[in-house]
Amino acid sequence: MGELFGHLTFGADGWGDEIAAGLWLTVRLALVTLPFGLVIGFFIALAKNSEEPLLRTAANVYTTIFRGLPELLTLFIVYYGGQIALTQIVSFFYDGYVEVSGFVAGVIALGVVFSAFASEVFLGALRGIGPGQYEAGYALGLTRVKTLRLIIIPQLIRLALPGLSNLWMVLMKDTSLVSVIALDDLLRKTNIIVGVTKEPFFFYFIACMIYLTLSIISSIGITRINAWATRGEVNHP
Amino acid sequence: MTATTDATVVRPPAPKKGWTAARIGGAVWIALWMVIAFLAIRLAVTEYSTAFYLRYGPRILHGLLVTIQLVAISVTIGAVIAVPIALARGSRNPLIGALAYSYVYFFRGTPILAQTFLVYYGAGQFRETLEGLNLWWFFRDAFNCAVFTFALNTSAYQAEIYRGAIDSVPKGQTEAGEALGLSRWAIFKKIVAPQAMIIALRPLGNEIILMIKSSAIASIITVFDLMGETRLAFSRTYDFQVYLWAAVLYLSMVEILRRVWDRIEARLTRHMKRLGE
Repeated sequence: MGELFGHLTFGADGWGDEIAAGLWLTVRLALVTLPFGLVIGFFIALAKNSEEPLLRTAANVYTTIFRGLPELLTLFIVYYGGQIALTQIVSFFYDGYVEVSGFVAGVIALGVVFSAFASEVFLGALRGIGPGQYEAGYALGLTRVKTLRLIIIPQLIRLALPGLSNLWMVLMKDTSLVSVIALDDLLRKTNIIVGVTKEPFFFYFIACMIYLTLSIISSIGITRINAWATRGEVNHP
Repeated sequence: MTATTDATVVRPPAPKKGWTAARIGGAVWIALWMVIAFLAIRLAVTEYSTAFYLRYGPRILHGLLVTIQLVAISVTIGAVIAVPIALARGSRNPLIGALAYSYVYFFRGTPILAQTFLVYYGAGQFRETLEGLNLWWFFRDAFNCAVFTFALNTSAYQAEIYRGAIDSVPKGQTEAGEALGLSRWAIFKKIVAPQAMIIALRPLGNEIILMIKSSAIASIITVFDLMGETRLAFSRTYDFQVYLWAAVLYLSMVEILRRVWDRIEARLTRHMKRLGE
């Protein structure tokens, strides 16, 4: 057992630095995807909440597709489809082959899936804010954008936070899928280490524990954000 | 309310006329979807080849069957494991409660792909032990490993669903059963479980949909499910339309399940509907 843990040291004979590098990529991928998915999800929710039927229909098509497809399939479609599409576009100008960066494909695929689910959370939150709030904003002479920014969004954050926290947890786990398109995240680094050491159980278990630690750290952070977001509420016993 | 004159009746605002920004945006977006649909159909028509469909059509349909089997078996076994875990989560014994909690936390907090690798490659490492226990025949097969992992994974999620549903049945229901002198088992079976099932139904449907989607990762450990056959066909032909066909099949599966689930829910809650509703 001690010998197994010896594998985890940093430096030339340990695998600690490889694991740390993989972990860093996983964290980076999740952190880059989050704002991307949140912004798109928010606008999709506004579109679904719109009075305009054309806009609602278009937004619902988006959600139906990306909530129904397996994340892995979305990733492949973005990665290979993006490659084929870009190569075709480029071929108008010169003969060449375009290679899509795995990181970008991962951010797009995960972000699109995240935004589809996040739009449902935002939509529920938007509907939880009564029309009186908008009317109060207009009565004060605020513009539509200012009403949204100063009155609606602060309440929206509080209402959407529980749903978004769940999605963040799902996103962190889903980052492991990029290991399939040869992106050196935590899980793929683990694959490589297992290939050399022939100790699959130990290293996959370590990887699981690292993901679990990320979840625990996230829940601590989310509890804090939630305390901040609900600071104006009276605590009912 | 007293009768109001026509002038004070609040009417919904009439739809705006002309091209508002939202309408233009909606029209452009719909047009974009149509272009994508057109390109996909054009790809299927221009690249049509009978040989391709004859060769990979049956294989992909077989993959679809494997996916359905994978999900059906995992969800059923998962449900059987989930009930005792849900009960253990609410146990008065803190040790049992903590064990059930860690089980649920582990499977919900780690990626299902990592869990699958842990079981599939991990089992290979313990081959001798497993052979000694006469279990190697089971773990030798990637399909079995996938079922094993998915069943454990979904059992953790389902346990939380059942736990929440059982907790949401008002305490008065149990107390009424006790007042009638029913045994604890009879109270659970006849009073709590039927009410809890109605609450658990919708999240359970969502969990099955998530399982259909997650099952695609079985293809990574060489199971030839729908995703596995699709990847194989793509790697041999570089024909992108196989991915589009897979997308259509997955979306149809999810959509059919959703509709069937709506029917089941309507049927099970029909006693809660008011006349004329």
